[in-house]
Amino acid sequence: MIPEIGNFSLILALLLATLQGTLPIIGAARGIPSWIALAKPVVQGQFVFVLIAFFCLAYSFISSDFSVLNVANNSNTELPFHFRLAATWGSHEGSLLLWVLMLASWSVAVSVFSKQLPDDVVARVIGVLGLVSIGFLVFMLFTSNPFDRLLPAAAEGSDLNPLLQDFGMVVHPPMLYMGYVGFSVAFAFAIAALLSGKLDATWARWSRPWTIIAWVFLTIGIMLGSWWAYYELGWGGWWFWDPVENASFLPWLVGTALVHSLAATEKRGSFKSWTVLLAISTFALSLLGTFLVRSGVLTSVHAFATDPARGVFILAFLVIVISCALLLFAWRAPKVGLGGKFDLLSRESMLLANNILLLVAAASVLLGTLYPLIIDALGLGKLSVGPPFFEAVFVPIMTPAIFLIGIGPISRWKQMSLPALAIRLRWAFGISVVSALITPFFMGEWKPMVSFGLLLAFWIIVCAFVNVKHRLNNSGEGNLLTKLSKQSRSYYGMHCAHIGVAIFIIGVTLVNSYETEKDVRMEIGSKVTVGGYVFQFNGTSDVVGPNYKAVRGEISVLKDDQFVRNLYPEKRTYNASGMAMTEAAIDTGFFRDLYVALGEPLSNGAWVVRAYHKPFVDWIWFGCILMAMGGITSITDRRYRLKIIKKESTAARVAEPEKQAEGTPAAVASATTKVELATETTKV
Amino acid sequence: MKPRHKKLVMIASGVTALGVAAILVLNAFQSNLVFFFSPSQVIANEAPIGKSFRIGGLVAEGSVKRDDGSTTVHFAVTDTAETIPVVYTGILPDLFREGKGVVAQGKISDAGIFLADEVLAKHDENYMPPEAAEALERAAKAQRASLAQ
Repeated sequence: MIPEIGNFSLILALLLATLQGTLPIIGAARGIPSWIALAKPVVQGQFVFVLIAFFCLAYSFISSDFSVLNVANNSNTELPFHFRLAATWGSHEGSLLLWVLMLASWSVAVSVFSKQLPDDVVARVIGVLGLVSIGFLVFMLFTSNPFDRLLPAAAEGSDLNPLLQDFGMVVHPPMLYMGYVGFSVAFAFAIAALLSGKLDATWARWSRPWTIIAWVFLTIGIMLGSWWAYYELGWGGWWFWDPVENASFLPWLVGTALVHSLAATEKRGSFKSWTVLLAISTFALSLLGTFLVRSGVLTSVHAFATDPARGVFILAFLVIVISCALLLFAWRAPKVGLGGKFDLLSRESMLLANNILLLVAAASVLLGTLYPLIIDALGLGKLSVGPPFFEAVFVPIMTPAIFLIGIGPISRWKQMSLPALAIRLRWAFGISVVSALITPFFMGEWKPMVSFGLLLAFWIIVCAFVNVKHRLNNSGEGNLLTKLSKQSRSYYGMHCAHIGVAIFIIGVTLVNSYETEKDVRMEIGSKVTVGGYVFQFNGTSDVVGPNYKAVRGEISVLKDDQFVRNLYPEKRTYNASGMAMTEAAIDTGFFRDLYVALGEPLSNGAWVVRAYHKPFVDWIWFGCILMAMGGITSITDRRYRLKIIKKESTAARVAEPEKQAEGTPAAVASATTKVELATETTKV
Repeated sequence: MKPRHKKLVMIASGVTALGVAAILVLNAFQSNLVFFFSPSQVIANEAPIGKSFRIGGLVAEGSVKRDDGSTTVHFAVTDTAETIPVVYTGILPDLFREGKGVVAQGKISDAGIFLADEVLAKHDENYMPPEAAEALERAAKAQRASLAQ
């Protein structure tokens, strides 16, 4: 009964999505207020039905209803409660339902938090989201229905893949999907702007917080995925340039470009068409990511069960979405205009350079990811592109972009002078070079690549301090605290995110250069020294878990003959599937991780043991967290919370969208935020 | 600077950036493309010598042997028509089993032994890597063809 309710809810949601995707858009185009007014109730109705469907599926999993095919394939009565819940989105069908639920949540969020937006804009945005939702609901109902019955019912389920039985799995996919799907809001805003032909600074101010939230979720999602791969896959690496990792990284790269381009559109009214194009690309890449992961065309960690029909459907959907969006862009972009002019040396040109570099990097990653697929599709043989390709291409392209992170925030909008900038930054440069040259000695060995990586990181940090100091000097009277509190939150958010990049670079540089990895044969009592730590193998014992049996090794870690701690890596065998799983044991520290995993048993109780010393590895994820925190800080900025903008003044502003294209900053700002923006431009 | 010059400089720098990126990509591409060969192809000397490539197929039954005293493993990869001996040092993935699909990356030695530096992990008991599936398919096709003659 419950699965039927779920199925029926999905069908109703599809019908509502069809209404949502058509009437409000037509209403906005023809100026029919009653059709425009339909947008909000319809989207909320759709959300409720998708939510019901999701609860029905979750209930089927929790109650182990093995007459549902999806549950029978992906769950088991021995599975602990929280993993049965997480199994709801562990399968292909379930993850699609999660996707649709996220999309409906985002759409409802737009309908609720957009009171200050004109009704026709909201109607268009919600309409576009409805169109996207139709695509996914049709896909789910026709090719991968999560509520398909299995008759007669199975007596026992065949278990959730053990790799997914982990806390990382519980949170990683929802976060990633929130990011992927979140970019559909940016996409919807862009399409709405194209449909109406109105794109101004106000538009950028509306869509910017949505884009940043999506970006924050994607950042956290990728970070969790990387962390999960590190401790769960048992290989001890944090990034493998695996096609599916790339699939999530591509929208992140282009989304990062979009976040920066939106900044220029909001502050200066420049890059308008470019911003729209980026919003379309980011969402297209999110869809491409879904296609790559869900169609099974890849040899990858994530390539679980596959079905060609699904791949064809998503590919067709992808083609339709991209071609419609690009056609619309080609047709309407001239109306939107290019935006304000700027000098060859200005903050705009820096942002443009950053955008181009990010896109070129994304394009090369895309090429490396798709090339094997294209060659295979053409029947020219099977091949793969290894991680060295991505490293050799990605690092040199991103280096100038990272260098620009230091300069960009210091440079002025519209026009700046190179000598003045050089004078302001000479000390920053000197300090970063000297400290980057010295620091590697503290790690025990000087390596040129380490100094180079650290130089980039230090450069970002020192430039941020120079920037803050300069800004405080120009903040008028008052003591340090009042001056600090005068700065906008988006200003702090930006520096927080940039310093996050620096911390990330430090982590990557140091772990790549100073890590020690040893796969060794260890008999009971034997020792191995890794990175200054002595690992002593004390043998293994048998343990019984809720749904698995395991061999647990005991390894004592010593440093300078002092006992540090015991580590207990496990080798599990899951009862239902009989699948073996390595559970690594990690001692996490601020400056290093100690990582131990059991390989294979040998004769006489000896094992092949993986013992790693990973200096600064946690800085990689900490850097990502800082980036995400920067994003969150910046969207709590005052100007996004201002709800007193009157709709009349909005309408008046929209009526003259080309005016601010001339580049007068004051015209960009609404009456209420004019003061704030003006002080900001003078301070910069 | 005149607007026309400004535009020229911008276009020039954009083209330079793309050019540099293209050179980087092509350069890295040439040395990092890893081709796939089935055991039959390797036996037929189609695989490159001294260059890294991938082989795929099934782990031959009864072929897995561990050295005492080291972490080196010997096993054989078969596409049911031909079999290639493989040597690998390190820890095999959890789902490595005799009779199951496998993909390995490495070079072929003069003695015809495949020196693997990577054995690819699968993450689902029943999942067959596409490369391994293709190797088996090719071998089956060749056998059918020879039977038909």
